[in-house]
Amino acid sequence: MQFMLLFSRQGKLRLQKWYVPLSDKEKKKITRELVQTVLARKPKMCSFLEWRDLKIVYKRYASLYFCCAIEGQDNELITLEIIHRYVELLDKYFGSVCELDVIFNFEKAYFILDEFLLGGEAQETSKKNVLKAIEQADLLQESEDWGSLQSDEIL
Amino acid sequence: MPAVSKGDGMRGLAVFISDIRNCKSKEAEIKRINKELANIRSKFKGDKALDGYSKKKYVCKLLFIFLLGHDIDFGHMEAVNLLSSNKYTEKQIGYLFISVLVNSNSDLIRLINNAIKNDLGSRNPTFMNLALHCIANVGSREMAEAFASEIPRILVAGDTMDSVKQSAALCLLRLNRTSPDLVPMGEWTARVVHLLNDQHLGVVTAATSLITTLAQKSPDDFKTAISLAVTRLSRIVTSACIDLQDYTYYFVAAPWLSVKLLRLLQCYPPPEDAALRSRLTECLETILNKAQEPPKSKKVQHSNAKNAVLFEAISLIIHHDSEPTLLVRACNQLGQFLQHRETNLRYLALESMCTLASSEFSHEAVKTHMETVINALKTERDVSVRQRAVDLLYAMCDRSNSKQIVAEMLSYLETADYSIREEIVLKVAILAEKYAVDYTWYVDTILNLIRIAGDYVSEEVWYRVIQIVINRDDVQGYAAKTVFEALQAPACHENLVKVGGYILGEFGNLIAGDSRSSPLVQFNLLHSKFHLCSVPTRALLLSAYIKFINLFPEVKGTIQDVLRSDSQLRNADVELQQRAVEYLRLSCIASTDILATVLEEMPPFPERESSILAKLKKKKGSMNVPDIDDSKKNMNGNGNVEHNNNNEPNEVTTKVYVRITAKQNCFEPGFKHCQSRGLAHIFSKIVPGFTYVKLKC
Repeated sequence: MQFMLLFSRQGKLRLQKWYVPLSDKEKKKITRELVQTVLARKPKMCSFLEWRDLKIVYKRYASLYFCCAIEGQDNELITLEIIHRYVELLDKYFGSVCELDVIFNFEKAYFILDEFLLGGEAQETSKKNVLKAIEQADLLQESEDWGSLQSDEIL
Repeated sequence: MPAVSKGDGMRGLAVFISDIRNCKSKEAEIKRINKELANIRSKFKGDKALDGYSKKKYVCKLLFIFLLGHDIDFGHMEAVNLLSSNKYTEKQIGYLFISVLVNSNSDLIRLINNAIKNDLGSRNPTFMNLALHCIANVGSREMAEAFASEIPRILVAGDTMDSVKQSAALCLLRLNRTSPDLVPMGEWTARVVHLLNDQHLGVVTAATSLITTLAQKSPDDFKTAISLAVTRLSRIVTSACIDLQDYTYYFVAAPWLSVKLLRLLQCYPPPEDAALRSRLTECLETILNKAQEPPKSKKVQHSNAKNAVLFEAISLIIHHDSEPTLLVRACNQLGQFLQHRETNLRYLALESMCTLASSEFSHEAVKTHMETVINALKTERDVSVRQRAVDLLYAMCDRSNSKQIVAEMLSYLETADYSIREEIVLKVAILAEKYAVDYTWYVDTILNLIRIAGDYVSEEVWYRVIQIVINRDDVQGYAAKTVFEALQAPACHENLVKVGGYILGEFGNLIAGDSRSSPLVQFNLLHSKFHLCSVPTRALLLSAYIKFINLFPEVKGTIQDVLRSDSQLRNADVELQQRAVEYLRLSCIASTDILATVLEEMPPFPERESSILAKLKKKKGSMNVPDIDDSKKNMNGNGNVEHNNNNEPNEVTTKVYVRITAKQNCFEPGFKHCQSRGLAHIFSKIVPGFTYVKLKC
């Protein structure tokens, strides 16, 4: 996988994960063009399209578009299921995930993604194992934050 | 609901995000962001040393602002500081920041690498994973230099935890992609192969991905992986769901791992060992069989996962290209998918069949689906699917069906999306030339292309039709007649004028006998389009006019009058003016013999590579362009053809020959004042033997 983008129906980018080195300018350009292209697709169209020399696999879940760019030889259907698995993970973690969760806990969305995909490839495909790893990290966090809650400044 | 209660506690961040969302305008948002940036800046510069929690919060805010699309030029130091914290969450945010905002400052890089080194050596698996994730996410050359030799060691060490092994494998994969020269093969490669036998399927998955990438770089080092992969795949495919529990996905056994193993096997030819080969064949047959069984679940995830494995298996079958029964079965399976309810499956089936079409075992089987594909072209609502149908028709085209396929593609072209027209034009041009038995069909097809999609008919296409007409005596008359008729249309495309102008200039004499296409009629027809055309076309038409003077002395006066007119002789464009002047002069002073010699019919072009195929390959980039093997016309797309003004071979030119005879010693000295690049140059020199002077047509 070369990159994954999550964006809303208004084209607001909620998550961007790049698995290839690109300059900020190139990333912005790609994002702009691709978001436009995908948003222009009609509901009954298939989930795949060719764009530049990549294959784009996308699926909409509620108000969020999940969009992955893969290379010519990669398997489209399995990428669709990568997207689905990621949504399942977010759903299990946040309890009935919605776009707001991804907005307010964006760093968590990245952490969860990293436990599942690394370097653009699926590293752990057991849902149980991924969630376990994330839970462990959360436990660490809770034990740390006990002491910090008092010193929180609002701004 | 936002899960703020998940031990998150960064309330300040949540408030900030809320504020941003509540901004009513872009200006308000920028204002709020700037206020926050100022606040964070002052906190970072402040006298009080910030505690880890606050630092984490501010770094996270900066990250959020960056991800919104604003530039951030500070905070890297603080993020790097977080890396050395003992608290997991602080490290985590620090790593996230530096992975997203990659900085090339060498001091920072040094500090980051140090922190990573510490975490890698910490023996704490969560910290090790964080470090490995960071390397995998950034994958910079500096990190590769620092860690490329360390990571294989971690990967194969006996005491490494499974989760760390997974991260290490994919981390190494990333480093190999970005800096392959820094990842040396070594004795660790054998142990990586051995990981395919690991109990933990997550480790096997990661290892398979890694081996697949490395095997493309050094296939011999990983040959031993083939048998392990086949064994593992075979076990998965024949297992009951209960065996794989956590790795079963909607009743499909380990789909991701299966797909990866099948990909790994595509790095190699079919196994040499007979037993292994037959085990693999069995495996593939089982996968194909499962596709025919009733589904275990109605959910789309089940069918997607199952079909993902199926399509990858078909890819492997195609890649091996060695078992006719498997190939035919694959073709039939895809044929079923061509008519499936789900658009995704029809799309993928069309795509997959394209590759099948080029295998000699299955080419005929693919052709049996031609009607379905043509139907798809006509009825599919999704343009991406229609494009795949075009690709497949192109791939399955051969002598037996070329006329029908070209006709279908032409009719599709009439209503096709503008974005795909150029590609279809190139494909039709290639097919028409390749399978032409009767060249009148070829000429008709190209002229149709120009009529339907003139704007998308690139130079390579119409140069080619002219080259072919020049080379083939039998079609010259037909071409002249057809082009003449086509030009009668009130609004014809400029490319047609170019082709018509050239062909009539060369072969107009073949139809001049008929009074309906007499020389004067031909000239008037061309000249009626003159003022509508762009400069290059007009230049071409002027050349056609001088050729007419040679071919048809009876219209010499008419044409000279045109050339003599102010709009030509004083034309603002240099090329047009020069041509008008020189052609006029030539027509006045050259005797009929000289004129005939100078404007002799174009000799045949030598056979060369088709630039059209090269252009098509360039357009498609790295995507599969099925190669047409038939080399009747020496078609291999070697590289790109440059079209420049140095009269490269593929450009159509008017060659002006001068063969020196005694007669040509009578030159008018007056010529010498014309520009040296022009015709005068020939006449002012007397050089024995042949002299070529090329003019662009």
